[in-house]
Amino acid sequence: MAESFYQSYGVVVALLIGGFGLVAVAFTAARLIAPRRQTAEKLMTYECGIDPVGEGWSQSQIRYYIYAFLFVIFDVESVFLFPWANIFVRLGYQAVVEMAIFVFVLALGLLYAYKKKVLQWV
Amino acid sequence: MSLPLTPFIVLLPLAGAAILLLTGKRWPGSSAGVLASTLVGGSFVLSVITLFGLLGRSGSDRLAVTHLWTWIHVGTLTVSVDFRVDPLSIVMAMTVTGVAALIHVYSIDYMQGDPRFPRFFAYLNLFVFFMLTLVLADNFLLLYLGWEGVGLCSYLLIGFWFERRAAAFAAKKAFIVTRIGDSAFLIGIVFIWLKFHSLSFATVFGRAHGLASGTATIIALLLFAGACGKSAQLPLHVWLPDAMEGPTPVSALIHAATMVTAGVYLVVRTHPIFEASGTALTVVAVVGIVTAIYAGFSAIGQDDIKRLLAYSTISQIGFMMFGAGVRAYAAAIFLLVTHAFFKALLFLGAGSVMHALPGDETDMTSMGGLRAAMPITGATWTIAALAMAGIPPFAGFFSKDQVVAAASGAGRYGLWAAALFGALLTAVYISRATFLTFYGKPRFRGHPHEPAFRMRLALVLLAMGAFAGGALGITATNGILAKFLRPVVGSVAEATHGLSELWLAVVSVVVAMVGIGLAAFVYLGKVDWQALRVRFAGPKRLLQRGFYVNDAYNGLLVAPGQAAAAFLAYVFDARVVDGAVNGLGTLFRAAAGAGRRVQTGLVRNYALGVLAGAVGVLVYLAVRF
Amino acid sequence: MLALSILAQAPPATPQTATGHGPLIFTPVAPELILVGVALILLLYDALEPQRPHLALALATLAGIAGAAAYSVYLWFWVQRPDSPSSVLQGMVAADRFTVFFRLVILGAAFIATLLGYLYLERAGEVRGEYYPLLLFATAGMTLITAANDLIMVFLALEILSLSLYLMTGFSLRRLASAEASMKYFLLGAFSSAFFLYGIAFAYGATGTTNLPAIAHKLSGQVGPLALALGATGLLTVGFAFKVAAVPFHMWTPDAYQGAPTSVTAFMSAGTKVAAFAAFLRVFDVALSPLVWDWKPFVWALAAITMVVGGVLAIAQTNIKRMLAYSSIAHAGFILVGVTAASRQGIEASMFYLAAYAAMIVGAFGVVMLVSVRGERNLNFSSYAGLARRDPFLAAVLAVFMLSLAGIPPTAGFIAKVSVFEAAVQAGHWPLVLIGVLTSVIAAFYYIRVIVLMYMQEYLPGQEETEGLGREPVGRIAVAIPALLTLLFGVFPGVLFGLLKAASVIRF
Repeated sequence: MAESFYQSYGVVVALLIGGFGLVAVAFTAARLIAPRRQTAEKLMTYECGIDPVGEGWSQSQIRYYIYAFLFVIFDVESVFLFPWANIFVRLGYQAVVEMAIFVFVLALGLLYAYKKKVLQWV
Repeated sequence: MSLPLTPFIVLLPLAGAAILLLTGKRWPGSSAGVLASTLVGGSFVLSVITLFGLLGRSGSDRLAVTHLWTWIHVGTLTVSVDFRVDPLSIVMAMTVTGVAALIHVYSIDYMQGDPRFPRFFAYLNLFVFFMLTLVLADNFLLLYLGWEGVGLCSYLLIGFWFERRAAAFAAKKAFIVTRIGDSAFLIGIVFIWLKFHSLSFATVFGRAHGLASGTATIIALLLFAGACGKSAQLPLHVWLPDAMEGPTPVSALIHAATMVTAGVYLVVRTHPIFEASGTALTVVAVVGIVTAIYAGFSAIGQDDIKRLLAYSTISQIGFMMFGAGVRAYAAAIFLLVTHAFFKALLFLGAGSVMHALPGDETDMTSMGGLRAAMPITGATWTIAALAMAGIPPFAGFFSKDQVVAAASGAGRYGLWAAALFGALLTAVYISRATFLTFYGKPRFRGHPHEPAFRMRLALVLLAMGAFAGGALGITATNGILAKFLRPVVGSVAEATHGLSELWLAVVSVVVAMVGIGLAAFVYLGKVDWQALRVRFAGPKRLLQRGFYVNDAYNGLLVAPGQAAAAFLAYVFDARVVDGAVNGLGTLFRAAAGAGRRVQTGLVRNYALGVLAGAVGVLVYLAVRF
Repeated sequence: MLALSILAQAPPATPQTATGHGPLIFTPVAPELILVGVALILLLYDALEPQRPHLALALATLAGIAGAAAYSVYLWFWVQRPDSPSSVLQGMVAADRFTVFFRLVILGAAFIATLLGYLYLERAGEVRGEYYPLLLFATAGMTLITAANDLIMVFLALEILSLSLYLMTGFSLRRLASAEASMKYFLLGAFSSAFFLYGIAFAYGATGTTNLPAIAHKLSGQVGPLALALGATGLLTVGFAFKVAAVPFHMWTPDAYQGAPTSVTAFMSAGTKVAAFAAFLRVFDVALSPLVWDWKPFVWALAAITMVVGGVLAIAQTNIKRMLAYSSIAHAGFILVGVTAASRQGIEASMFYLAAYAAMIVGAFGVVMLVSVRGERNLNFSSYAGLARRDPFLAAVLAVFMLSLAGIPPTAGFIAKVSVFEAAVQAGHWPLVLIGVLTSVIAAFYYIRVIVLMYMQEYLPGQEETEGLGREPVGRIAVAIPALLTLLFGVFPGVLFGLLKAASVIRF
């Protein structure tokens, strides 16, 4: 059992090697083939649009975390909803009720956040 | 089969202590004292009922163990909270509760007006609780618990007036000196555990006879060392005379019913171990009789009435130990019971006298002729003194006579003679105290008066006990008590040697009379005893200071101890210990300091720690794999 | 194979039957449903009703906890019915007395913590309603983890309780230390969760299931190389060791305990440890019992290091919350001694220890909170000088806890230590017992020091605030109950051991 188990990972390893190889080949080919003419503009982080100001490491507004939270919450919700949507017909009414409770709890959270004025931009 | 009331005998005083400790200040006036006395009295009543329960059975059936709960059950060690009721423990319980109840009643008036009145009764109740735990315990650990508890309570009570330096000091001394014995006792218990893999009495005593005599001697002597500490036997007796600093009822309680009798009880209870040894019994007898004579001499030299009584207690306990040592266990317990009555009576009498005289006078040379002013106190004291001296028909006569006679009956005439001499000394010192205090010419100041009603009541009740207690054991072999105790301590050996019982009694009485006569000749006759005091100042001081044993301890043990402590503190500690003991402390502190430095407060370092630990675990597993 | 004797109590369930479609039985998780239900209601109530009285929130919380406890008591009898399943919800949740016992311990701690929390918020003037729902969520996570019969469930419950506790740790918005503690706890907690999750993945890789009995079944039949299973063992150990604060995964503990509001510290020091150990016992003595000879050595080492480091580091502390934090680390070591024994006796001893520990640590932090008067003050040892004179009640109660933490009779701590040591000796781990006894002696030093300070030193009036030293009856009750329990378990340990006889069998 153990052998076949590790053998099945062999495919993954082969895939990894293949993947890395492909990228390496592509990059090497580009480097060999492509013409190179370096100008100041070309070396900038963004070649087009507004010129960057300051450094790349800068602090972002802490208020954005609320978006992160909301995103995670609904992301998780949808992660659960998609597989459920696939098979709930087979699981019967219990599955519907359970999912309803799940969504209801999340909705309560949203209501709470709304009431606490978390959703307003300060 | 158990007797259902047994736990309540113990629990009533505990309840009293708990109530008074928690809500003491809420009890107005003397109600706290009334409550405490009622509970201990209730305990006594329950003991009596339990006694009848026991009497209702045949002799060999008189044992009831009440299992309350299993305290520790870990692996092979099982210790239960079990109370054992058998003739020995019920006699002890009745003595303890009976005498203690009377002392409680007496204390209500004696302690009147003390700012910590409820607290005093809480401690008294706690004292009784621990003493009852001690005598009713069915295994060594529970007995030890009571034993330590008694020590703790004596500390609290002797130092009750802790504002007085002497009281605080005496309390500490009592605690430390008895601790020496306690440590030996604890080691003895560990030995018993190692030898028998059990601490329950039934198992240990059932198998004690199979003990090798060397082992038995070691265990027995360790137990006896504990008994010496609690019962103030040589050489651990020094705490008792100082313990007078406590309130007088406390002295009465310590001397009569609780604490000091614990050692005698222990020896009698564990007598199978002592008998397995034999040698240990001889040690007990010798230590007992030497203590009795030593303390008898010392008592003669005392002028302080309470110190005299203290030495007399040491001496009487010595007699009890002696009795146990010559296998007259029933007689030893008999003496313990009668002694509880007359000694409590003497102490309470002394307390009444102190209360009556200005400034709580305790010097007997400033008393004399108090009989006229305090007839009840005088009469009850005289009864107690006659009992103690061993004059028939008072209780002390029978009990002491049986202890003394047991030595003769066993053919140990040397010990018998020594015991008789001790009895002579007893008669001398107690009559001296009686004559100096209540008879002769008045030398006191102020206007003494009889104490309050409840104090008088306690005195009279105790006097009745001291008078009639002898009925428990008119003869050594067939006395009520001896017969009752037979299932526990075995039957009293028939006298195979020496004089017949009657003649022994006659000798005893004669000795007692001689002692009293001697004291009367000096203190009531024409002799100018005050001049004698001056002429024999040297020997007098020798006796008064108890042969300088205490001073010798101070000189030999305490002072060098202190010097050594000073040396250690200022020289040794500063140099050597810095490198050793302190070094260890420094090591720990340094380690802790280093640990603190690791605790940087930076999350990344903490995470590193977690990672390092994880790597450690995984590397171990990888290596193992 | 010692632990296999425990395994033999019931035939191991195969994954097929565990995952079959049976009726959904919610009875064994009803306590959690009650807790979460009350929490949701309180959350809404707090949001929708700005004028909500503080007392109502606290009372509703207490009612919820009491309801959950009452239901747990019902479960105690329910699980013994012949027709009741050993696990429900497709093998996710175990139904046995083991979990009921731990639930009751945790609910007790939560009850006390609610009383303390009410007082803390009132005094500190930080009355915000989220406290109670968070506490209930955390409690639900804790009780759920004791019943978790599947590694996924363990992880889920672990996260429920952790997330709630991160927030509670940072509950004091005005104090920077509180926020800092919360942040540290959160980051490190997430870090350790990753290890734990990785361990679950390994376990699944090794056996193809995450169901605990099924894992045990698979592993006991396996004879080939166990690389993945061993990896799982190591990584799960890291995850649990972090939660129970075993050295070297302990470093968050002093900072988090010190920074958190004291009422929260009281709650999490007791609750988290009990919950995490319950799962630890179940995972290691059920799922990983076939590997007992592999995990024993490093859990052994973990116990030894934890006892020593926790015991020694506590000496250097001058802040009583930090001292107690290190003491709780050291106690984790002692409990690990019982876990290492990996026997029925060891499980029983560990369970007793946890119950005793929960009572004394929640009480000790409770007294600290009462002495702090308002928020976080008077935390230095010097504030405890002469406490006996200023407040004899608090001093006496704290003395009981200190004696118990030091393991001195007649307190529960003594019996607890004796029983884990006895179990370890029976299992042949006497060097561990030796280390334990030595560290106990060292540890006694700083516990006794507190007692000496309280009773034998005069209070020197300094900057510390002393007026209003916790006279509220709520606070008194909250510390008196654990003190009584500490004494009760010390004098009548049979009461608890009687329950443990029935509760130390893990059904599956």
